[in-house]
Amino acid sequence: MEVKSKFGAEFRRFSLERSKPGKFEEFYGLLQHVHKIPNVDVLVGYADIHGDLLPINNDDNYHKAVSTANPLLRIFIQKKEEADYSAFGTDTLIKKKNVLTNVLRPDNHRKKPHIVISMPQDFRPVSSIIDVDILPETHRRVRLYKYGTEKPLGFYIRDGSSVRVTPHGLEKVPGIFISRLVPGGLAQSTGLLAVNDEVLEVNGIEVSGKSLDQVTDMMIANSRNLIITVRPANQRNNVVRNSRTSGSSGQSTDNSLLGSPQHIEPSCEPEDEDSDEDDIIIEDNGVPQQIPKAVPNTESLESLTQIELSFESGQNGFIPSNEVSLAPIASGSNTEFETHAPDQKLLEEDGTIITL
Amino acid sequence: MRRFLRPGHDPVRERLKRDLFQFNKTVEHGFPHQPSALGYSPSLRILAIGTRSGAIKLYGAPGVEFMGLHRENNAVTQIHLLPGQCQLVTLLDDNSLHLWSLKVKGGASELQEDESFTLRGPPGAAPSATQITVVLPHSLCELLYLGTESGNVFVVQLPAFRALEDRTISSDAVLQRLPEEARHRRVFEMVEALQEHPRDPNQILIGYSRGLVVIWDLQGSRVLYHFLSSQQLENIWWQRDGRLLVSCHSDGSYCQWPVSSDAQQPEPLRSLVPYGPFPCKAITKILWLTTRQGLPFTIFQGGMPRASYGDRHCISVIHDGQQTAFDFTSRVIDFTVLTEADPAAAFDDPYALVVLAEEELVVIDLQTAGWPPVQLPYLASLHCSAITCSHHVSNIPLKLWERIIAAGSQQNAHFSTMEWPIDGGTSLTPAPPQRDLLLTGHEDGTVRFWDASGVCLRLLYKLSTVRVFLTDTDPNENLSAQGEDEWPPLRKVGSFDPYSDDPRLGIQKIFLCKYSGYLAVAGTAGQVLVLELNDEAAEQAVEQVEADLLQDQEGYRWKGHERLAARSGPVRFEPGFQPFVLVQCQPPAVVTSLALHSEWRLVAFGTSHGFGLFDHQQRRQVFVKCTLHPSDQLALEGPLSRVKSLKKSLRQSFRRMRRSRVSSRKRRPAGTPGEVQEGSAKTERPGLQNMELAPVQRKIEARSAEDSFTGFVRTLYFADTYLRDSSRHCPSLWAGTNGGTIYAFSLRVPPAERRMDEPVRAEQAKEIQLMHRAPVVGILVLDGHSVPLPEPLEVAHDLSKSPDMQGSHQLLVVSEEQFKVFTLPKVSAKLKLKLTALEGSRVRRVSVAHFGSRRAEDYGEHHLAVLTNLGDIQVVSLPLLKPQVRYSCIRREDVSGIASCVFTKYGQGFYLISPSEFERFSLSTKWLVEPRCLVDSAETKNHRPGNGAGPKKVPSRARNSGTQSDGEEKQPGLVMERALLSDETE
Repeated sequence: MEVKSKFGAEFRRFSLERSKPGKFEEFYGLLQHVHKIPNVDVLVGYADIHGDLLPINNDDNYHKAVSTANPLLRIFIQKKEEADYSAFGTDTLIKKKNVLTNVLRPDNHRKKPHIVISMPQDFRPVSSIIDVDILPETHRRVRLYKYGTEKPLGFYIRDGSSVRVTPHGLEKVPGIFISRLVPGGLAQSTGLLAVNDEVLEVNGIEVSGKSLDQVTDMMIANSRNLIITVRPANQRNNVVRNSRTSGSSGQSTDNSLLGSPQHIEPSCEPEDEDSDEDDIIIEDNGVPQQIPKAVPNTESLESLTQIELSFESGQNGFIPSNEVSLAPIASGSNTEFETHAPDQKLLEEDGTIITL
Repeated sequence: MRRFLRPGHDPVRERLKRDLFQFNKTVEHGFPHQPSALGYSPSLRILAIGTRSGAIKLYGAPGVEFMGLHRENNAVTQIHLLPGQCQLVTLLDDNSLHLWSLKVKGGASELQEDESFTLRGPPGAAPSATQITVVLPHSLCELLYLGTESGNVFVVQLPAFRALEDRTISSDAVLQRLPEEARHRRVFEMVEALQEHPRDPNQILIGYSRGLVVIWDLQGSRVLYHFLSSQQLENIWWQRDGRLLVSCHSDGSYCQWPVSSDAQQPEPLRSLVPYGPFPCKAITKILWLTTRQGLPFTIFQGGMPRASYGDRHCISVIHDGQQTAFDFTSRVIDFTVLTEADPAAAFDDPYALVVLAEEELVVIDLQTAGWPPVQLPYLASLHCSAITCSHHVSNIPLKLWERIIAAGSQQNAHFSTMEWPIDGGTSLTPAPPQRDLLLTGHEDGTVRFWDASGVCLRLLYKLSTVRVFLTDTDPNENLSAQGEDEWPPLRKVGSFDPYSDDPRLGIQKIFLCKYSGYLAVAGTAGQVLVLELNDEAAEQAVEQVEADLLQDQEGYRWKGHERLAARSGPVRFEPGFQPFVLVQCQPPAVVTSLALHSEWRLVAFGTSHGFGLFDHQQRRQVFVKCTLHPSDQLALEGPLSRVKSLKKSLRQSFRRMRRSRVSSRKRRPAGTPGEVQEGSAKTERPGLQNMELAPVQRKIEARSAEDSFTGFVRTLYFADTYLRDSSRHCPSLWAGTNGGTIYAFSLRVPPAERRMDEPVRAEQAKEIQLMHRAPVVGILVLDGHSVPLPEPLEVAHDLSKSPDMQGSHQLLVVSEEQFKVFTLPKVSAKLKLKLTALEGSRVRRVSVAHFGSRRAEDYGEHHLAVLTNLGDIQVVSLPLLKPQVRYSCIRREDVSGIASCVFTKYGQGFYLISPSEFERFSLSTKWLVEPRCLVDSAETKNHRPGNGAGPKKVPSRARNSGTQSDGEEKQPGLVMERALLSDETE
């Protein structure tokens, strides 16, 4: 497999055994060697099939990079002290040509000091805005990822009333609202939910006509993968569609979704169904295991190894390739975050991406 | 997965569903909540009871029941059954009159409201002018005389309630026609009594509250006689021959007045204060009943000495030198005496006294010496001690049934042998197809066994667990303390007794094995009793065992109640279920789950701390398992923890305060919607602002292992299944907790021949933690054909097919939020139905039920009957977990109704609609117990050929045919129980 590595203005080409890529450590050493920068700390990135600049800094993403390279693996190396972290992310290489330019000519980019934040692999997604393309602009569908018990979801809901446009004119109807965010809770830290936002749907199910207790129960039942559609009280931060200047993820060419009414397309991705499939079973030998989905005609030993594999990878914070949203750590970065928020459906659809 | 949730549109399945499922509320069992009026028709022999919520219920022979509900939810204050008619008139507390009639439709009678009417006075008159105090239906059934607060008597014509103003008997008219000497006092006030002359329909008696009584000639409009009493009049009775009046008064006296044309009597013939000489309470109603033997029966309500017995609810019966003051357990609403029905008969010859008290109906046999009470075939007071739990057992074997009845009949020895005297109408309901028992556990430590096979819920047997324990008060002492020659001669009657000696005695869980006659009951203080049916009285010691559920958990202090002290040494038990083992959980927390396996002779019990297994054959504890999370302090401390309750009550009172403020604000009409929420609050004082602003809100938080009461054992289940490997099945015990944990223990039960020699062994085989951590409310194993495993001994008695042990078994776990099927023995998730995530409802009760098809005799399916916290009832299919049907059954606010619901094995169910009434419902098209009866009166034909003389055809016995035909449901407001909620109409 051919590798084309770029550091500053220099290119190096070499080859790797695709079947035996080895460890990241070795690869890092190799890069330092071929670029003759043995004592320089660098960040390694690569361009994935979608043209995104993604980091390589551990075995997992290194292997991923090698296995997905087609036909050649393009590597970008930056000095750590000069690194432009914002370059990493979705659509960075294709949508914003200038990002690539920045990478290529780092001198242009030294206008402002960067806040050094850690690398994406240190995060798990904690929230994302989804289905931007199928929702009205006034609505926002927020997905909260709850891992384990580390951080509380941290919000409260209440009864209230909102005004709707009906065939009979304006009508006051009862609604459910976010009443309080717990400081330090997941809901507050995402910045995507706010007090007095009206809750419209929970995991694709409309809440109208349901009591506060019912909605509470629905949210708690979905707490491990909670998707709330809200009408934000503050409508100023909404995604503006069709604005060709903002590379917003609101752009979609996914025709399959455009024709369908939104309410019958709940935002449940395939993996939602299994999100709480991982009940733990302790057999009499006392070893906790997760319960796999029933695999018929599978020897128990075999399935056991499978489980352990998936269990391990989960522990390491492995990010599935179709969930690439980053958690905004700095608060108050709502708008910025939104423009970076990827549209996963878009990514999954191969070859339908519009380049602006 | 999603496609399973979508309601199927397979037309074949839809048709089959219509053949299998149908929702009906069929009958209300028990005693009407808050009765307010009593009526009786001697000709129909039908009793009518009205309630404060506007319901009227009619009862005749057992099985003959009708119910109607007034559109207005006003209290029924009077019920009058029209003489000789299938009609009745009710008076509500909004002063409206309603005419109801029983009409024959499709071979069965139905109760329906025909007319309603409100008496209107002339414009400008005070409302009291037309406030009805007494109603007298005239024997000719065309006129209704209405006595009012103003003293006027109005006349209306039936059935249209046409007011006949020219016939009004005004108090002025009466005054003018009185002799001079009677006019000087202000004798008119409200009308207290109206009576028709027993023999002469042209004379009526009018009694005014100030003491004046006149006999009025309807044709001549004149006063025939007048009587003047010095006391406030309460009520009056006209002797059967019309020659004697008996009036009763507010000072506790009654007077007899002869009616004779000789001379006007200024003074009564006889005046008496039966419970004098000290001041007495009013006698509110009096009956003077003649007998063939000559000596009359005097029966009156009240009149007790004010100071010492003023708080008693008494009815006194005096006859032939005997006098008894029946002392009722609750306020007497009204009473009537059943007498010779033929108006032409010379004597009354009373045979039964029927008393409607606030909490129960009491019928007393007046023909048998000692006046014993009559056992009720219906209208039982379910709440004589508050119901704490219930358990239903379908299809009781005849042998057990007879033994229970035999045990019960010995308890009922004090009842009269008289046939049930209220026997009007004919029940057309076919005999129940099987014998069903409903067991209710009560706060006082008793278990009542009810015959729930048919329309009448009848008490068969009462089991008391109190004798096992030492309690503060010995109930026997109280009874003997009542002396014989006390005055007044009080005698307690009735069974209503809501005061429990000790709340710890309360029964919380019941489990009866209908094949072996073993019964397990468990209570509030962690007591678990195993009982066996014995036809003889026996004196035996109860083996006592303590089950330490905390085991090695150290450093906790139980702050709840102490455990009950058991009697040591042998105790004498009456025939019936006799306890032989008492397991007491330590700490003595309320038992939250119970299971009995009569074949293996094992009983399993769980509390908020853990669960245990007891071998009642060897009387040995097999194991205990603590399920407590170490951080769960609340569960440890117990329900009476002072710290918690204070905190909680404070929090609640704050919440209540907020809620009331929020709601009062909502009611304020002014202001735009936005202002109501925020704007108005801003102007208020800043100190209160926070509290004022805080609305009712709910915290959204994932459940965690640290939550309180996660160790609370919700369900226990025995199964013979493949727990460890797929080659050998073995007995197993499953337990599910509030925190979504399931424990499975494999059991080794020695074979029958060595059952006493080898111990039962148990070993934990599996532990499953549901990730959604919702409380586990049901565990079930399905056999190789996906059929639920049969009950223990069911196969041995040839009542069930043997389970399929060839194919692989499946485990069904029902949590409050999800239904989930796992494979066995290797537990892997196979299927699930997320209920809460989709609907926001939670499972409150789940039970397997067999649904038979109404078309194909032998076709049936097993499914889950599910009750949610919203009061909906759903059927979820097995084994694919597809929702089949959903009906709304109980109001979601009715928490106690939802908590009390039990399902039967054949798709019926019961829940409490009041403390004293079970509503029976059916989800099945095949198993439906509902009243169907015919009431017909001979007079109906004579008087009104057009109405009742319809073809008296042989009633069709088909259950689902045409009961609610005639498009009657479309009539708005008509509420008939049989017309209710029928989704079957097409």
